[in-house]
Amino acid sequence: MRFWTVSLLVVLSVIGIALSDANNYFFFAGFVVLQAVVLASAWNILGGYAGYVNFGVPAFVGAGAYTALSLHLSFEAPLVIQILAGAIFSGAVGFLVGLLTVRLRGIFFSIATVSLVFIFETLVMNSSFLGGATGHQLTRPSDIPFFDTYTRYLVVVMVVLAVISVAAARFIQDSFVGRGLRAVRDSEEAAECSGVPTLKLKLLACSVSGALLGAAGAPMPMYLSYIEPASTFNLLYAVSALAMPIIGGMSHWIGPVIGALILATLQQIVTVTISSEMNVLVVGVLLVFFVVVAPDGILGLIKRWKASSK
Amino acid sequence: MFFSWELFFEAILFGILLGGFYAAVSLGLSVTFGLLDIPHVAHPAVLLMGAYGVFLLGQYGLDPVVAGLLLIPLFFAFGAFFYRIYYSIFESRGGDNVAVNGLAFFFGIAFIIEVLLVIFFGVDQQSAEASYIGGSLELGDLRIPYRLIVAFIVAISAATILSAYLSKTFYGRAIKAVGQDEGALRLMGVNPVSVKTLAFGIGTSVNALAGAVLLIVAPVEPTMDRIYIGRTFCVVVLAGLGSMSGTVFAGLLLGITESIVLMFFGTSWAPAVAFGLLLIMLGLRPQGLFGR
Repeated sequence: MRFWTVSLLVVLSVIGIALSDANNYFFFAGFVVLQAVVLASAWNILGGYAGYVNFGVPAFVGAGAYTALSLHLSFEAPLVIQILAGAIFSGAVGFLVGLLTVRLRGIFFSIATVSLVFIFETLVMNSSFLGGATGHQLTRPSDIPFFDTYTRYLVVVMVVLAVISVAAARFIQDSFVGRGLRAVRDSEEAAECSGVPTLKLKLLACSVSGALLGAAGAPMPMYLSYIEPASTFNLLYAVSALAMPIIGGMSHWIGPVIGALILATLQQIVTVTISSEMNVLVVGVLLVFFVVVAPDGILGLIKRWKASSK
Repeated sequence: MFFSWELFFEAILFGILLGGFYAAVSLGLSVTFGLLDIPHVAHPAVLLMGAYGVFLLGQYGLDPVVAGLLLIPLFFAFGAFFYRIYYSIFESRGGDNVAVNGLAFFFGIAFIIEVLLVIFFGVDQQSAEASYIGGSLELGDLRIPYRLIVAFIVAISAATILSAYLSKTFYGRAIKAVGQDEGALRLMGVNPVSVKTLAFGIGTSVNALAGAVLLIVAPVEPTMDRIYIGRTFCVVVLAGLGSMSGTVFAGLLLGITESIVLMFFGTSWAPAVAFGLLLIMLGLRPQGLFGR
């Protein structure tokens, strides 16, 4: 109950800020931070609970974005439909990736998912309908419900998506699905022997995770009013989506949220004050730092601190 | 699509030369990932470090191949030191998320190396200077660039030496053994950790020479390592983890496939070849063509 109250308060306050006359840059950055919350929570469903490192996040984000673009180009479909379609398509990709887990674990799974990024990028580059390598310029719809600018509307959409993702991660964690996935992470053979339907659970986790990643990517063409393959299929998404749960802590749904808020905010500050290269360095250094010094993330540090103060 | 046998044979010839090059850049990974089972995703970044090291020495007028040979001891020391760090963090510690964290560690290292290269060398492409870069050997209508021939010769020599070292010397055999059964090795009175340190050093030092080859074949830029994740892992997985002759063969296979796609479908499809081949291979036969 407390979870839903807090979520409702978050959504309402974001709507409130979007209706106020706050600085527009604030929304531009806010969208990215909220998107990071979606990416981190979605990644953690598979990576944190089941221990399968999906390094193909840009493939799912890009699949969502380009599904949305193609619907916009062919039917001028409304944003909600674009997001739903992006989620369904990326969820289907996630299901297929889930089938790969029958044979592939550990680094092999990661490498297979990286492959998807480059294969999708090449497909988009060679499709003239999707704009090829040069990309596609698009005009946002002129009628925006309630809000002053389209970006404000997108921020509200993204906060709803963030709440959905966190709720999904929380639900999965507390249900038998999450327990099964954790059993898979600790020992897949032992889980299978104890009657955990490992394949079904992994397929479910891959599909849900993929669908949420796709939904996070779907508003991208509208957010930028422009889309091109090189930045859409950028591996920086992959390394960020991996770094955020590791920084926050992978064992609980709040971990990725903490990690996403910290890392994405830091990235925005660094990009504005120093440079975008430094922003990549920040992700890399924080990732390595946490893996080495605090392998269980901030949640692990808090737990350790509580245990020692007792 | 235009097909002629002449073009096809030309594609195969270039594919073989390109394949030798792909084998060279994958040899190090074949040791570190193939033999030691370390998820070394930062391998292409280290390879790029080798290329930039060679570029730096080239500023003082050194030939790329000589520069690559000179950098070998430095890269060996770096690799051995790096493995010690990796060992003390992960292999000796154990714990809950070791598999995920180990992978994350290498991805993080790869991105750090990438940014450091951008900071020191800028985002522009850099290339080497040598007498054989630019010219080409003319055989009738065929023009074979000398740089591909040099790359091919270096690649095959490196693979032969490495293969001989691994099968003929005591420590070479110990390296092969450590991936299979650490306990048995310990019973033979060999310390597995020092053997792995040696192996990781060797696997890293190959990157100095392979980096030189990379720089000879084409100009380099700091984010290039990303596409080489696909190429190097494709070769090593195709080869079946840890076989040196298999690595050469798999390199040739990738080179020929890529060259044929390049010639008949155009350059824009080339990046997908290695990743596509890798994905098919992982889906159908993850133990590789010559797998154990």
